[in-house]
Amino acid sequence: MPIAEGVSLDLTVIWAFVIAFAVLVYVVLDGFDLGLGMLFAVEGDNEDRDIMMNSVAPVWDGNETWLVLGGGGLFAAFPLAYALILPALYVPIIVMLLALIFRGVAFEFRWRTQRWRPVWDLAFIGGSTIATLAQGIALGGLLQGITIDKAARSYAGGWWDWLTPFSITVGVALTIGYMLLGATWLVMKTNGPLQTRMRNRAWFLGLGTVAFIGIISLWTPFLQDGYYSRWIGGWNILLAIVVAGAVLLIAYGMFRTLQVREHDYWPFVLALAMFTLSFVGLGISMFPYIVPVEVTIWEAAAPENSQVFMLVGATFLIPVILAYTVYSYWVFRGKIHPGEGYH
Amino acid sequence: MFEFTDAVLLARIQFAFTVSFHFLFPAFTIGLASFLAVLNGLWLWTKDSKYLDLFRYWIKIFALAFAMGVVSGIVMSYQFGTNWSVFSDRAGPVIGGPMAYEVLSAFFLEAGFLGIMLFGRERVGPTLHMIACMAVAAGTAASAFWILSVNSWMHTPAGFEIDPETGQFLPTDFWQVIFNPSFPYRLAHTVTAAYLTTAFVVGGVAALHLLKGRARNAKVSPATRTMFSMAMWMATVFAPVQVFLGDLHGLNTLEHQPVKVMAMEGHFKSYPGGAPLYLFGIPNQDEQRLDYAVGIPKLSSLILKHELNAPLAGLDTVPRDEQPPVAIVFWSFRIMVAIGFGMLGIGLWSLWARMRGRLYDHPLLHRAALLMTPSGLIAVLAGWFTTEVGRQPYTIYGYLRTSDSAAPLDAAAVGASLVAFVIVYFAVFGAGTYYILRLMGRPPMQSEPSVAEEMDSPIRTAGITPAQQLTMKSNRNRISGD
Repeated sequence: MPIAEGVSLDLTVIWAFVIAFAVLVYVVLDGFDLGLGMLFAVEGDNEDRDIMMNSVAPVWDGNETWLVLGGGGLFAAFPLAYALILPALYVPIIVMLLALIFRGVAFEFRWRTQRWRPVWDLAFIGGSTIATLAQGIALGGLLQGITIDKAARSYAGGWWDWLTPFSITVGVALTIGYMLLGATWLVMKTNGPLQTRMRNRAWFLGLGTVAFIGIISLWTPFLQDGYYSRWIGGWNILLAIVVAGAVLLIAYGMFRTLQVREHDYWPFVLALAMFTLSFVGLGISMFPYIVPVEVTIWEAAAPENSQVFMLVGATFLIPVILAYTVYSYWVFRGKIHPGEGYH
Repeated sequence: MFEFTDAVLLARIQFAFTVSFHFLFPAFTIGLASFLAVLNGLWLWTKDSKYLDLFRYWIKIFALAFAMGVVSGIVMSYQFGTNWSVFSDRAGPVIGGPMAYEVLSAFFLEAGFLGIMLFGRERVGPTLHMIACMAVAAGTAASAFWILSVNSWMHTPAGFEIDPETGQFLPTDFWQVIFNPSFPYRLAHTVTAAYLTTAFVVGGVAALHLLKGRARNAKVSPATRTMFSMAMWMATVFAPVQVFLGDLHGLNTLEHQPVKVMAMEGHFKSYPGGAPLYLFGIPNQDEQRLDYAVGIPKLSSLILKHELNAPLAGLDTVPRDEQPPVAIVFWSFRIMVAIGFGMLGIGLWSLWARMRGRLYDHPLLHRAALLMTPSGLIAVLAGWFTTEVGRQPYTIYGYLRTSDSAAPLDAAAVGASLVAFVIVYFAVFGAGTYYILRLMGRPPMQSEPSVAEEMDSPIRTAGITPAQQLTMKSNRNRISGD
């Protein structure tokens, strides 16, 4: 089934979509966890912090598992890409892993101590912030391209190659974006003054997110020729205009619903939509490269029998996982009230 | 060239460090998840509140250990790529599949139901909560299945061919890949080790509170007695099983990785007329001999070949650059075996005490059980070192050398990340271990508060009047889970 000129819907494309799906789910789900962690910095009140953390305590672990699927899936379906990208992004990846350790244990440790609670709150804030920055920098580092030795199937650059103004910009953009997800999540999950503050924050964070989406979208085509021709060359400019228009439309809806008191969940849903659309844009930039613009998904793909072996399980298990993930969110649905806790 | 070798050594130290730390948590939580499911089942079945108290007591410890296992595990799933990219590129087509199955069938199951297990009892009702407990336990077991399959494949690779162009290992038969020759033995031996690890931690904590109760002349709660009894049953039944499984695993290793067994035994020489079992000795690999050896003649041949005079080849038949570091393998093997027999001893001793009706009234046994609290964790690590170091100098045994597996990284990058891992792991997991020990330091109470209640209480106690607190408490009791 041809989906574009010279591209057919084969197993490799399916796997590229599966991995992309896992990464997208990770970004939006752990995105609001991490954003909430960063918002801890501006919510000093202990009780508010408890409510914030309780709103994600039952689900954060499942959210983070999508990161393992993204990494593990890349290893399984595109081993060459895994072997090229991770050494290239060594520093941001290691920093992200260490930051996620602090963030993850803070969920448990802060309930186990009175005296050291501020320390674990700081670990939560710092871990969330640094992990987000590192993820954004890694994405930027990948988008701008990495130096490889194709014949040796090996990364051939230095260990600071990822550090550029572009990658830093993507890192900052992601922190703003994740905080927007966190703030709109809390608009949905809380009441009273905390919710009101989150509405106001979401407004400014939404502006920042749209601005950064604009900056990165305008910057990306000039990173590599491939991106330029994809977005700006010929009639493709129309595609760019359509995507940009859709982002603005969603942003408009989000700002409107943020101002209306009854709309508690729409801002979050629209923020998710904005992330999804940006992610689709990213996919349009990269496809069919998995290491832009050196290695295509077909060059990096595992052999067909590996792909089939995994697809059998993925076809059955991913819907099941989605079903019980939705169930878990359903069990812990609704507002968190201060007196009740979340249990 | 020297610099590159250096980076490989640093990457090896980093992997050994991060995987050893990580392994401790699942070694404990695999058994604990099952223990919790059993406790919850017993509570639902008998309605005896001591089981609910025990469930609530141990689930707090479980939550801490599990969180540390998760965050240290994510490191592992990326470290293959960051530090061992050549290995990843070559082996990915074969082992990537089973690892993806681990994520899909195990990690999501554990993580997805953990929230309900911890906080959802009142929200979903007892049946679904029980299912959540079983799902978490099943998830931990499934995780062990897949990751040990992958690990076993690296020891006894099967069901593949090598692409001459790219050097990649390509699967020819996934059934053979998953059920490779050492997998059934390694799975049985490791999972039993995990159950024993948990049993000895639970037994040690129970023994502590039995001893404390005795010292204060206080009555020990039924919950404490029950957990001691359950732990000792596990030791009585599974320690002998483990000795048997260990023997089978050793024979399997002799068949597929005889060099590893030579290192375990300290057999630098070949013994055409029956090999001795060395109890002690200082391996001297430079001189290729075992110094100060104390051994029992012919016993090794009897154990490994079931015949006193059976010939056994030694490391003198193996080129120096194909030998693993003998001292580490030799000593870690002895530590593991010694602890295994110690566990067997406790199991039998407790059975004897039980039959005499003195299980809860035997301070010497309780002291021994307390001493053995971390024994499973130490044995698991020692066993892991035996098998992993014994596989050197290969990552994929016989096919891909460790020195050819590493990522093209500067030694400085690997060195810096190693230092960062050491500092962070000791600080963070040190704190977590302290919190776990503190929870273990107090006995399970009657009407043990749930996790949810504990997560609420410190907030309430800060600046709220007792009257308010009381109403909140009753409110909480109505809606709280675990």
